[in-house]
Amino acid sequence: MTELTNLTISEARAKLKGRDITAVELTDAYLSAIDAANGALNAYVTVTPEKAREMAKASDARLADGKGGALEGIPLGVKDLFATRDIHTQACSHILDGFKPKYESTVTQNLWNDGAVMLGKLNMDEFAMGSSNESSYYGPAVNPWKAKGSDEKLVPGGSSGGSAAAVAAHLCAGATATDTGGSIRQPAAFTGTVGIKPTYGRCSRWGIVAYASSLDQAGPIARDVRDAAILLKSMASVDTKDTTSVDLPVPDYEASLGQSVKGMKIGIPKEYRIEGMPEEIEKLWQQGVEWLKDAGAEVVEISLPHTKYALPAYYIVAPAEASSNLARYDGVRYGLRVDGKDIADMYEKSRAAGFGKEVQRRIMIGTYVLSAGYYDAYYLKAQKVRTLIKRDFEEAFHAGVDAILAPITPSSAFAIGDKELAADPVKMYLQDVFTVTLNMAGLPGISVPAGLDHKGLPLGLQIIGKPFEEETLFKTAHVIEQAAGKFTPAKWW
Amino acid sequence: MSVDIATVKRVARLSRIAVSEDDLERMTGELNGILGFVELLSEVDVSGVDPMTSVTPITMRKRADAVTDGDKAADIVANAPNSDQNFFLVPKVVE
Repeated sequence: MTELTNLTISEARAKLKGRDITAVELTDAYLSAIDAANGALNAYVTVTPEKAREMAKASDARLADGKGGALEGIPLGVKDLFATRDIHTQACSHILDGFKPKYESTVTQNLWNDGAVMLGKLNMDEFAMGSSNESSYYGPAVNPWKAKGSDEKLVPGGSSGGSAAAVAAHLCAGATATDTGGSIRQPAAFTGTVGIKPTYGRCSRWGIVAYASSLDQAGPIARDVRDAAILLKSMASVDTKDTTSVDLPVPDYEASLGQSVKGMKIGIPKEYRIEGMPEEIEKLWQQGVEWLKDAGAEVVEISLPHTKYALPAYYIVAPAEASSNLARYDGVRYGLRVDGKDIADMYEKSRAAGFGKEVQRRIMIGTYVLSAGYYDAYYLKAQKVRTLIKRDFEEAFHAGVDAILAPITPSSAFAIGDKELAADPVKMYLQDVFTVTLNMAGLPGISVPAGLDHKGLPLGLQIIGKPFEEETLFKTAHVIEQAAGKFTPAKWW
Repeated sequence: MSVDIATVKRVARLSRIAVSEDDLERMTGELNGILGFVELLSEVDVSGVDPMTSVTPITMRKRADAVTDGDKAADIVANAPNSDQNFFLVPKVVE
């Protein structure tokens, strides 16, 4: 049975269609794997075995009738940020205690419409605020990778840490995730998986718990580039329920795999060569350049002069939007309530008890930068800087660059409870230094595993594209994947 | 710019988050750390630059002004910590 969980989505799809295996068998294999591993990895915060078996049974019936959808019978995990009808949806926060929505997010509904099977809800940083999954109310998810000769538990990255850990450990065939500042790409890099943050507006945000609305975007984490393409095709849609959902047809992303990158112009942004960057990251990046050159691409150095301002601008814009979005958690309509002497006291006590430290910090920063007298100096300024960051990319693309190759993370996965990072919130924020620029500009980016470091831990490369040119990302990432190979952790759990 | 304890207290109040006296000092330090970090933006010349209002150059789609959903009172209060006859219950607001 365990071999079934080793199948990628494309492999399982063929076997299901050929009736070599049934959706119920595949689902049961995943449920057993979760049962055996979740105590050690803490990737799932809720498992939904009955729902999964019921959906798998329905899939088998449709497959028998030859009516299977694009993801018929494929078992997936869902980040706890997506609303799933009558099922645990808490953004891994205590403040949404007991919340079970009466509606389904557009992205997950798209997946179920295509026949996918839900295994459960995946761990994440509280309200997607974090880069290590340690701010989850349910405790950190654990990276299935360990350094050579070490027993230390490592973070799977964040905020989509549960999604990345579950995909890497084969506890689901693929997973939904979201990316506000790097939350798909950084955990994918830390776990040797593939993650794509599509262009802002490609996936509907309807039914996804909001963190920073002008930056949030959903995307998949998968075992390889093909699986990511299959999942994104299903997740993306044009949705009238999200006014920022873009009215463009969703292409068949899988068809772009195997297409040539010959003659493509790949930009290497010199500002990403930051001070103190480990030599291994630099080497990996150079290796990526060589692979693309070998495949016939032209590589040119480019300049994105406002890169270093992206992260500070992000830490104004994102908390500002978060402070507004999270105002709804007041202990009245849903979630946790702590009684107080009057209504204001009840609000304050509920929010103090319900939000974790990092979330409180960001709400406070956001409230401060939006408060009277500071709005222009902080928020307006940050939004102007954002215009400049976007302009940098536009100029590079205008000069003929088709895509940009860059590192994803300044290091491989770090230890759970890392003291240096815990002591200084800003140090943790620096995890997003290579990823956040795209969110600020609304551009798509894909994270693809490219090698292992000296500790035997996975590292990834990032390809950044023009708006709505996800196909370019898939074909370029596929070239890197073909050259680098795939990476699977040794099972210890 | 940096904040003092009184400002943090005021921001906590605006944020509707109860902060104990013990935590105020820790929070002041953390917030100043973050504000110090974003201070980097002061070196950017933004004169003549428009603030970003939308990452993609799209005009927001508008829907017809029509009722498309509703009549779900029970669903809406289903998750309320305290409700009665489809009303949310809160502590007394008016004496």
